[in-house]
Amino acid sequence: MYIIIVGGGKVGYYLGKSLLESEHEVLVVEKNPNRAAFLIDELGADHVWLGDGCDSSTFEQIGLNRADAVIAVTGDDEDNLVICLLAKRKFGVPRTIARINNPRNAKIFAHLGVDVTVSTTEVIEAQIQRALPIPSLVHLLALKRGGVELVEGKIAPGSPADGRRIRDLGIPDDALVVMVVRDDQTIVPYGDTTLMAGDEILAVTSPQSKEVLRRIILGK
Amino acid sequence: MKIIIVGCGRLGSYLALLLSREGHSVTVVDIDKEALASLGPDFQGETVVGMGIDEEVLRRAGIEQADLFIAATGYDNTNIMASYVAKEIFKIKNVITRLDDPKKAEIFQSLGLNVISPITLAAEAIKKCVEGLQCISLSSAEEK
Repeated sequence: MYIIIVGGGKVGYYLGKSLLESEHEVLVVEKNPNRAAFLIDELGADHVWLGDGCDSSTFEQIGLNRADAVIAVTGDDEDNLVICLLAKRKFGVPRTIARINNPRNAKIFAHLGVDVTVSTTEVIEAQIQRALPIPSLVHLLALKRGGVELVEGKIAPGSPADGRRIRDLGIPDDALVVMVVRDDQTIVPYGDTTLMAGDEILAVTSPQSKEVLRRIILGK
Repeated sequence: MKIIIVGCGRLGSYLALLLSREGHSVTVVDIDKEALASLGPDFQGETVVGMGIDEEVLRRAGIEQADLFIAATGYDNTNIMASYVAKEIFKIKNVITRLDDPKKAEIFQSLGLNVISPITLAAEAIKKCVEGLQCISLSSAEEK
């Protein structure tokens, strides 16, 4: 895959490095010459482009129209939005991913057609939530069109889900349990799968059905 | 008309005073309280402190009743984002976007925004002078 990363800060650098290790074709776009020099030393000159990622002439020069994905990870939400809008609407890039700093912008980005948003603030919050012994449904990812999000939770003892089959739980049509982790084993669930207290589940859900799902899994 | 202007710099504040003097109901949004204060006692409209890309702030500014939305900050990308929020989330029909970068102005015009580019306008006006055509009077347009 040809992946373009715009923004060569900490996030862009480590992302670029790890995608290169997975043998993708990667180009990191950075406008600060000093930072770009550091990136060239670390990633190699073939994988760094000195230029403004919000500037469409940069995009023409780096062949944005053949990119499989554009990932905008600058520290500025407005810049990340404009990068994704240009990639999507002007150059027809199939997949656009944006880092957002203000979680409230997630809805706007999704509404405007950015495929995936990753909120730094929410990721940190989710990590902390996981570390705390409080049962909760943790938000992992918001997907396009404000339609669905990926959430994670642990089946609480005595909850409606404890000891029952998925098909009997009354999960709304716009929510789906997609993975169950039980004692380090991963189960792809069917309607007949019986859930048990302690199971960690991954589910996709619309924002409206999140509350219903929460009650089924956590029992409150 | 109810008009919302985001950005109270040179263009935004000048425009706000101009339009409110014409009798329009104008609300100006800016993150900088002092910029809003610079409108002075002459300004008859409302001011809201906050980010012009934030839905909550725009609601407070009364965007749901607005007839016209103008994104006039000095930052092209902020103006683009604010304009799309107004246009595609609040469904405001009349949205005007200030973009200084001529290239970006051209692209986002083609992507459906109603773009005004001060740089392009000034360059074209100057070009006309150069071509020996009658030079338009710039005295009324202090803002570039």
